[in-house]
Amino acid sequence: MLQYILRRALLMIPTLIVTSLVAYIIIELPPGDFATSYVANLAAQGDMASQETARVIREQYGLDQPATVRYLKWMQGILTQGNFGIAFELRQPVSSFIWERVWLTLALSLGSILITWALAFPIGIYSAVKQYSIGDYFFTFLGFIGIAVPGFLLALVLMYVQFKYLGQTSGGLFSSEFLTAPWSWDKVLDLLQHIWLPVIILAVGGTAELIRIMRANLLDELRKPYVITARAKGLPEWRVLLKYPVRLALNPFVSTIGWTLPFLVSGSIILSVVMNLPTTGPMLLRALQVQDMYLAGALILILSVLTIIGTLLSDILLAWLDPRIRYQ
Amino acid sequence: MNTEKETPVYVAPQWKLVWWKFRKHKLALVSGIVILLIYLVALFVEILAPFLPDQTNSKYLYAPPQSLHFVDEQGNWGLYVYGYTSKIDPVALRRTFEIDSSVKIPVGLLVEGVPYKLFNLIPGNRHLLAPLDPDQPMYLLGADRLGRDVLSRLIVGTRVSMSIGLVGVLLSLVLGILLGGLSGYYGGNIDNLIQRVIEFLRSIPSIPLWMGLSAALPLDWDPLRVYFAITVILSLIGWTGLARVVRGRFLSLREEDFVMAARLDGASEMRIILGHMLPAFTSHIIAAITLAIPGMILSETALSFLGLGLREPVVSWGVLLQNAQDIRSIATAPWLLIPALAVVVSVLALNFLGDGLRDAADPYAR
Amino acid sequence: MKDESTLLEVKNLKTHFFLDEGTVKAVEGADLTIRRGGTLGVVGESGCGKSVMSYSILQLVESPGRIVAGQILFHRQLKCNGQSQMMDVIDLAALAPNSRAMRDIRGEEIAMIFQEPMTSLSPVHTIGNQIEEVITLHRRVDHATARRQAVDMLRRVGIPKPEERVDAYPFQLSGGMRQRAMIAMALACHPSLLIADEPTTALDVTTQAQILELIQELQRDLGMAVMLITHNLGMVAEICEEIVVMYLGEVVERADVFSLFREPLHPYTRALLRSIPRLGQIKQGRLDPIQGAVPDPYNRPVGCPFHPRCAQMMPGTCDRIHPELIERRDNRAVRCLLCEP
Repeated sequence: MLQYILRRALLMIPTLIVTSLVAYIIIELPPGDFATSYVANLAAQGDMASQETARVIREQYGLDQPATVRYLKWMQGILTQGNFGIAFELRQPVSSFIWERVWLTLALSLGSILITWALAFPIGIYSAVKQYSIGDYFFTFLGFIGIAVPGFLLALVLMYVQFKYLGQTSGGLFSSEFLTAPWSWDKVLDLLQHIWLPVIILAVGGTAELIRIMRANLLDELRKPYVITARAKGLPEWRVLLKYPVRLALNPFVSTIGWTLPFLVSGSIILSVVMNLPTTGPMLLRALQVQDMYLAGALILILSVLTIIGTLLSDILLAWLDPRIRYQ
Repeated sequence: MNTEKETPVYVAPQWKLVWWKFRKHKLALVSGIVILLIYLVALFVEILAPFLPDQTNSKYLYAPPQSLHFVDEQGNWGLYVYGYTSKIDPVALRRTFEIDSSVKIPVGLLVEGVPYKLFNLIPGNRHLLAPLDPDQPMYLLGADRLGRDVLSRLIVGTRVSMSIGLVGVLLSLVLGILLGGLSGYYGGNIDNLIQRVIEFLRSIPSIPLWMGLSAALPLDWDPLRVYFAITVILSLIGWTGLARVVRGRFLSLREEDFVMAARLDGASEMRIILGHMLPAFTSHIIAAITLAIPGMILSETALSFLGLGLREPVVSWGVLLQNAQDIRSIATAPWLLIPALAVVVSVLALNFLGDGLRDAADPYAR
Repeated sequence: MKDESTLLEVKNLKTHFFLDEGTVKAVEGADLTIRRGGTLGVVGESGCGKSVMSYSILQLVESPGRIVAGQILFHRQLKCNGQSQMMDVIDLAALAPNSRAMRDIRGEEIAMIFQEPMTSLSPVHTIGNQIEEVITLHRRVDHATARRQAVDMLRRVGIPKPEERVDAYPFQLSGGMRQRAMIAMALACHPSLLIADEPTTALDVTTQAQILELIQELQRDLGMAVMLITHNLGMVAEICEEIVVMYLGEVVERADVFSLFREPLHPYTRALLRSIPRLGQIKQGRLDPIQGAVPDPYNRPVGCPFHPRCAQMMPGTCDRIHPELIERRDNRAVRCLLCEP
């Protein structure tokens, strides 16, 4: 098992390197270098920055040097000092202000995964065991709607309904009094009061997909001969179901975290823009709109790396569940 | 009767078996018709749209939808809509509208209106449904913040949104068949490498990546170039799903007896792939394509909605939804959300259709 | 009066599958008796209903299949203290498939092994786990005892190093070893009847012989009865005492093994025996296949189900009258109008 974890972790390294390269390419894509836009931006704000500032920045980030050197310098800064570069709109190091938003994104995504699982698992089992029952048709239909309605549209509709019939505008993750307050127990409670709606909206699409997967897998497993073996032993039906087919259908289910996570992170970004949540979504959008490239690159890199780590964790969980993978 | 009767053996070609199996799937059949209609709308946009999509009218900003009437109070048949009365809201300093049933605006079929060129070739000026007097307002789905007709824009947007799915999927298909085929047919190191790339692309969140890439598109590009750039960006990740299907089919077909038989007969590699293997999974590919289009449509909608995809003056469903981004505009004009309905209907129909096709793709399976 | 030694009687069993396309009468009149400690072979072509019949005995037929008629009488020996043995006759066909009473029989009194040892064992649970489960289910023992019994059982079925193999997963064993583990699991509670549904079909020939020998050996040691379902007449000849021949869900002939091979009564049995190769048969040339094919399950022939393929078909009779299973004086039974007195 330990060996398997080690091997998976080592395999992750090339993936991480490629991810960082992709993020860096995105930073480099817009025309002009960072120093020029930085100085231009300062000038636009009425700050008469000299060519000197530009020169210092160029040196710091190696902007005069070839792209490979610049990439290595950027990576070195990240790995040794956690320095992701400077956000020129805020004129602060990127790492000084993004983490809270990253954690909130993570909380949103993980919350959705939990909800997704808590709903999809029992419903999937029910749909498979009671195949072609009214309940099965109901959930299948609901599932199709869930897949076809993207989260941000659902959010728009719900916000309209809320505004029209409850007369309130929602949005944000905190009440106004906690907006800038430091973290405290009360602030966490306040967060929980606000976060459930986006969490559920985000979970809808994934739940629909997972119900489909769980149902299909379990239907496959239910037809396998080992189920009959288990019945022939004299086990009660529910024990047969839970110990064997459900347990085996769990494996492909767990392996879906691998893609649910990127899907949820993607969804959370656009949902956050619509619902005005203080996560990485609106910040990334803003950064891309004003071409604040170090900020955008850092956000893309961090989100991708977190997703990759999540995928690794789901792989390890899968190996723990399925001896066939563990022993290869 | 005790003479044994020869049981006739019926032979149906594969496409016929697929069709028979597909026909049983009523929901997929209905969805297929819906999709066909949507693509017909996309094809004949110029005739179907009553107005030009960028035709503004400052007198009718945010005018609410009218409904089409066939019979008036006197019981006379005829097509017409009611006009508007407007007043300025003294508090919000905004014009509000009410439907005025005393004003009848006659509407006709195939009315002469703004001239256009169908498919950019055939000149014409007839519109399927338009007011007889082109200066009279007809907003069956309401007007947007510049007084443009939402119905016309929705119809025009159909062309862009539905075609971007198709073009994007075709691009992905080329990549997917090529790389998936290589991966599945040759196996070994090539397979390993391609699988790693696919795994990588699937393990990173796509929206931030798409956002990053499309934000880098220069603002001064013309709409057509942006359109193609966006499809390329979407296909960059979209091909992985199709490649997986192709690879899986190749892997299983490679072991089939008929492929072995062809090989023993001395058929060339190319002949085996094109003549024996490809026909065996075209139906699977068609199903996979159908299931991939909705993803493309949703992605384009999401990107354009964020303002990072297509931009005005191009009209797509995502671009239309950009107007419905904040709660204030939705509250004033809920009809701006109608394009969302178009997205959901087409995505739903494509999903049902794809599901039916996938089930029918293997007519021999039970 | 029933014989003391009777273990299981199946009387006029009918199991049908209710599908959209129509009703498939998979078992349409099965009658057989198994003696305590005896060996019964059930033979027939694929699709003749022999597997469904065996699944019916344990009420394992899945929806849309259902037992629609008949009795399955199981003579249960109540294990009282001392010598006094009480017999309790239970009609398994009358029990609900998931009832407590039915589950008490499964695994405890009647156990079953299947064709595919790979797919019949759960791939993600160890062999030991799957064997212990049946022990703890039917016996009041703790985990350690169950494990010890599992190891003993594995040793008994000839698995080398059972203390290690008990923690192995099925995919780590060879096909023959898996079938042995499957047998260990079935026999863990010393059932009085083992139903073996084509237990060697998926194995190679040398392993087949070993598994058959193992079943015979365990039968001697444990004193259980065996019901062997197979299409392999040679195998039946080798280990069975009595044979039941099935065709289209009906038992068409029942006899002891010697009489059946010496003097088959039913035309189908005769055709079946002609179709197998025998040593010294080379001179006669080609094997003689049974003409025609098994009829479509939705449209059973009227009259005798075998008449369209029967060489001795009597027009006007066989295609009109459905024959009954006639008991003969020599303790044989046959379902054929030709053999009716």
